[in-house]
Amino acid sequence: MDYKRITIICGHYGTGKTNIAVNMAFDLKNKFEKTAIADLDIVNPYFRTKDSETEFIKRGIRFICSEYANSNLDIPALPQDIYSITDERDTKFILDIGGDDRGAYVLGRIAPAIKAEGDYEMLMVVNKYRPLTKDAESTIEVMSEIESACAIRFTGIVNNSNLGVETTPGVVLDSLGYADEISKLTGLPVVLTTAEREIAESLAGKVDRLFPLDLQKKIFDN
Amino acid sequence: MADKVLMKGNEAIAEAAIHAGCRHYFGYPITPQTEVAAYMAKVMPKIGGTFLQAESEIAAINMVYGVASCGLRVMTSSSSPGISLKGEGLSYLAGSDLPALVVNVQRGGPGLGGIQPSQSDYFQATRGGGHGDYHMIVLAPSSVQEMAELTVKGFELADKYRMTAMILADGTMGQMMEPVSLDFELEPVPEKPWATTGTKMAREHNIVNSLYLKPDELEKGNFDRYERYKIVEANETRYEEYLTNDADIVIAAFGIAARVSRNAVNEARRLGIKVGMIRPITLWPFPKAPFEKAAEHAKAFISVELSMGQMIEDVELATKCRVPVSLCNRAGGMIPSPAQVLDCIKKIANGGNN
Repeated sequence: MDYKRITIICGHYGTGKTNIAVNMAFDLKNKFEKTAIADLDIVNPYFRTKDSETEFIKRGIRFICSEYANSNLDIPALPQDIYSITDERDTKFILDIGGDDRGAYVLGRIAPAIKAEGDYEMLMVVNKYRPLTKDAESTIEVMSEIESACAIRFTGIVNNSNLGVETTPGVVLDSLGYADEISKLTGLPVVLTTAEREIAESLAGKVDRLFPLDLQKKIFDN
Repeated sequence: MADKVLMKGNEAIAEAAIHAGCRHYFGYPITPQTEVAAYMAKVMPKIGGTFLQAESEIAAINMVYGVASCGLRVMTSSSSPGISLKGEGLSYLAGSDLPALVVNVQRGGPGLGGIQPSQSDYFQATRGGGHGDYHMIVLAPSSVQEMAELTVKGFELADKYRMTAMILADGTMGQMMEPVSLDFELEPVPEKPWATTGTKMAREHNIVNSLYLKPDELEKGNFDRYERYKIVEANETRYEEYLTNDADIVIAAFGIAARVSRNAVNEARRLGIKVGMIRPITLWPFPKAPFEKAAEHAKAFISVELSMGQMIEDVELATKCRVPVSLCNRAGGMIPSPAQVLDCIKKIANGGNN
């Protein structure tokens, strides 16, 4: 995909925002030298962008994150260099935002500058297999809650429908209608359909704008 | 495929509770279980239920006491420090023979501790948690599917035996996402003739109370309760055995520790070491029988825990110390890796001790 200067990843919690943000940062780095990713998740202290920090350093991706992420200090805190996102205009940013409207409040702080510059994409990550976003109506409800919280409107949809380890190509194919319906009701394009690399490969040719994901490793496999 | 959804363990608990007919939730937010409350806050108002964020954990457990007295299914959830605050209420629930579901998504301790997963509230959960002679039925899920199923089972057992059931999970179980089927078979809810539902001038008053100033009455309550506990021990003990039949070494592990250990068992088997695992699903009542049986052929046990070694005492008691029991552990929010467990197995297999 072509990246705007700022790509904002939002969605209902547990839809796979962080995995997508991390993979997008890797993808963007291949296309654009000055790439950065910002972890602005103040909601979830588990499973976050910071878990991939060593990989960012290895690849030369700038990483912005609260000093207290993954520490025992359980307080919502923003990174001290948050204004780099809007000030450093020679850098392209991926923003990983916390789940739901509560996570999106963070964005409100830099929303005026993002909108004034006007070079951004704000993507809603959706998963039809999550019980609170299982149909277009409930997903759109979450979308409008997020937009109200951060004062930026979505520009596109990322369909990341999956069932975790039980995801099959069929699971992804069964979700295309759901994403299309959200698209129809909101007027927003489905920018990407994402799937774990192996599944994405078997869907090649069957799904438009496929984006393969490399997932973070788990400590056990059963 | 189509009937499954992808859920966090905490969400699965909340959704399963709603399936089980729970319409009253009281709690106070704490990582890593906040999603239980967040889910209830979203869903309860839509289905005519009550979600109430109490002013404290102590208030929440006493609200649970109130609804339980009325004979309705009710729950609260918290994480380790918050469960300590609920301790008094847990004792009052037991003293009043009230059914309720309490969820503990454990984090590292003691004190305020940390926010990463732990199993160090095993003693607190299995020995009661509050003051006085009592037990809770303690259920230890090791998958998101079990988080859901044991929540339903917890409500059913609580009603059946007029006890508090506790889901003893940990931060990983609460936060991890797995596919879940929410297709439950529900047992009918038993009659609750003791509930304070109003006499309608047709019966004597029901009184729910834990204060008995006459010691002989209080003693009788204790003896009666422990007769009931014997029935629970006989009928409700749950566990899973994995490759124990021919095992020289038997691992004891529950929850997340069992998920990790299972990988180590598989790897050790590939190396030709005869290892098996007993996974207690009820921590109280503790599944003594499979341990007694395994002690007849096993040369050693290993208790794998996210604590300084708590369940190991129950393994030693169940095996009557006939066979050495070693501890393989991490604490404070750290999780043992399959490699660490495998190393323990190898050491024991080579005749060493941990």
